[in-house]
Amino acid sequence: MLRVLVQFAHPALERSRVHRRLLAHLPQREGITLNDLYETYPDFDIDVPREQALLTAHDIVVFQHPFFWYSTPPLLKQWEDLVLVHGWAYGRAGRALRGKQVLHVISAGGREEAYQHDGLNRFTMRELLAPLEQTAYLCGMQWTPPYVIHGTHRMSEAQIEDEAVRYGGLLADLCDARVDLRAAARYPTLNRALAGVRGEGEA
Amino acid sequence: MNDGGLLLQAFVYLAAAVIAVPVAQRLGLGSVLGYLLAGVAIGPFALGLLGTGGQDVMHVAEFGVVMMLFVIGLELQPALLWRLRGPILGLGGLQVLVSTVVLAAAAIALGLPVRGALAVGMTLSLSSTAIVLQSLNERGVLGTAGGQSAFAVLLFQDIAVIPMLAIFPLLAAPGAVVAAADAHGETVVSHLPAWGQTLAVLAAVGLVVAGGRFVLGPVLHQIARTRLREIFTAATLLLVVGIALLMSAVGLSPALGTFLAGVVLANSEFRHELESDIDPFKGLLLGLFFIAVGASIDFGLILEQPLVIIGLVAGIIAAKLAVLLVLGRAFRLSVDQALLLAFALPQVGEFAFVLFSFAGQQGVLAPSITGPLVAAVALSMAVTPLLLLVNERVIQPRTGTRVAASRPPDVADEGGTVLIAGFGAFGATVGRLLRASGVHTTVLDNDSDRVDLLRRMGLTVYYGDATRHDLLHAAGAARARLIVIALDTPERTLDLVHTVRRHFPQLTILARAFDWQDAHDLLHAGVANVYRDTLDTSLRLGSDALRLLGVRAYRAHRAAQRFLKHDEESVRELTGRRDDRGTYASAARQRIEDLERMFEADRAEPALDRDAGWDAESLREEARSGPIASGNGPRM
Repeated sequence: MLRVLVQFAHPALERSRVHRRLLAHLPQREGITLNDLYETYPDFDIDVPREQALLTAHDIVVFQHPFFWYSTPPLLKQWEDLVLVHGWAYGRAGRALRGKQVLHVISAGGREEAYQHDGLNRFTMRELLAPLEQTAYLCGMQWTPPYVIHGTHRMSEAQIEDEAVRYGGLLADLCDARVDLRAAARYPTLNRALAGVRGEGEA
Repeated sequence: MNDGGLLLQAFVYLAAAVIAVPVAQRLGLGSVLGYLLAGVAIGPFALGLLGTGGQDVMHVAEFGVVMMLFVIGLELQPALLWRLRGPILGLGGLQVLVSTVVLAAAAIALGLPVRGALAVGMTLSLSSTAIVLQSLNERGVLGTAGGQSAFAVLLFQDIAVIPMLAIFPLLAAPGAVVAAADAHGETVVSHLPAWGQTLAVLAAVGLVVAGGRFVLGPVLHQIARTRLREIFTAATLLLVVGIALLMSAVGLSPALGTFLAGVVLANSEFRHELESDIDPFKGLLLGLFFIAVGASIDFGLILEQPLVIIGLVAGIIAAKLAVLLVLGRAFRLSVDQALLLAFALPQVGEFAFVLFSFAGQQGVLAPSITGPLVAAVALSMAVTPLLLLVNERVIQPRTGTRVAASRPPDVADEGGTVLIAGFGAFGATVGRLLRASGVHTTVLDNDSDRVDLLRRMGLTVYYGDATRHDLLHAAGAARARLIVIALDTPERTLDLVHTVRRHFPQLTILARAFDWQDAHDLLHAGVANVYRDTLDTSLRLGSDALRLLGVRAYRAHRAAQRFLKHDEESVRELTGRRDDRGTYASAARQRIEDLERMFEADRAEPALDRDAGWDAESLREEARSGPIASGNGPRM
């Protein structure tokens, strides 16, 4: 069994249709830990030792958050700055995170077509996430392409429910090591990897 | 009396207090009634354990009243006193004047000569500072309009004693001219002509004011530097005793003199030390005083002429109560604040014992008259706590501000989700935030003026003592989810905590604490959510101070955040380690010890600035030392 840490960041969960549903389907089982960052640190005063201990105790780190201005909510950036310190996460002596898996689970209002070179957003999701991918790389972590729930603006409640059930299943599979994350690395998103379909951006 | 006798007496008094007071508190009767009952129990008419020492004890114990006024003065900034000048002179003056006239008229009607009747009227117009203030304070209503008025009246009465003492000899039957002497015997200045006496009084008052202002500060500073707590305590006692002596020497009331000294020192840096040093003495002596009053009730005399005594008590109380009620309304108090005032002050004060014996010596009144009167005075004092209870439980619910609003609340489940006990500045802020966020709140408060206002604003408000189980129940405590305790005193807060935990265990308690001491007590009582009311504010101030010193705003903010956490952890840690509370002589000493431990904990904390992620020092070092730069850190 792999231990999965869900680092959840949403500044207004009570207004989110998608993430409330996703959290509701989070498997209640050993091996999966939810860390609700905005609930724990409403004042942005992150408890660094606690966060580092949590990271150490898990194998897969899932960052679950909405896509705000092509990036994470600000608390997650604060978290990176304060928790991933030199000498612990990276640098000559920083080896604490070596070999752990990183996965971003992102909800985005726009549809997948919008995140193409000829789309409204002009960059692919993977390109937009480059800083996060490089951060993981510098810390010696294995980058997994993001799991993206696209087009949330137009989703019906039933569709959201379907997405949530699928997400819950994914977490359980990650926990039971039933997902080949190395193979997934070639795909633009984890969604496509799971579906076995190659993205257009890949050669 | 030999030493063994003295110790035995002390043992009897202390045992009576230790047994009776907690029982009375438990029954909701208040400590004053507990002491009085203890006095009755050990007095000559029950167990008879006191021997003949009762009256001597009373004299010693009266000093508790002097100390109490010193402490009250310390808590009273001169500005506040100035603001009260209207009620003191107007309400107080009229109360003494009208009550004197009414009671004297009644005495004349009962067949007393005019001079004697005047003496009786004046004496009976006074109320008991000790009993009233202690009772009101315990109920947490001293700060309400009625409580403030009661305080103002008592203050005026203390001043009025001076001219009364001067007038008494003049009331003596013609021929029996006695030199102007005060109740405590010949004064140093009594041989002086009138202008000389006046000058002496002014000089004494000037000495206290000027001394308190300019001399005491440096002197206390020197004493404090010896770091011998008991010397500081001795100095405090010396100060109070000295002023009392000085005032007696020039014929002023010692209580008034120490009150004045207290007011002068209210702005001094040593205010808290003075207060906490005198506090245990004050409390013990006051308790002793109440016990002595209880013991002095002459049940023999009462049994001999029960109707006369009871009639006297009822008549005096009814007359004073009516006067107070009318005056209270005339001074624009709301109905139930006027009722509070009237029910607080209708007893006759301790000074009556002195005045009556003085009047007896002067030949103003015959012993056959003072005897029943003294018994009536003692009884009237004893019924005061009962009267306040009657007012609180029986009369207030029917008149004026009702416990609950007569209009049914808008919400079906009137319990609301949050109860707020105490709606002063602290509770009001909490309540406004919750309401602005759409949370339904129910307020419990015992200031009827405030309750009326809040009801007009549409809040669900229950009026009364929030520590009462039945009121909590009526307010829906059984269905609420949270209770916010924002009461004015730590004692009442703890009381309410215990009540809630016993009767409404499902309620989550959020309690306001005043300092570490309360925070410890509350944590100890099992309250997880404890909020020291000055903590966040002082940290905000501290962080602003850092900014003004040139520290960047966010760094100052982070330091305050860090310190808040560290401080909360320290308090919780200390709570675990400080069950040895009995070893501390006073709360003040405890506070000093706590502060010391806090400083130690601060030193142990490596650095308040732990934001290592924003510090590039280690990165720079690594970049300088190694040929390979370690890649791109967060800030490169």
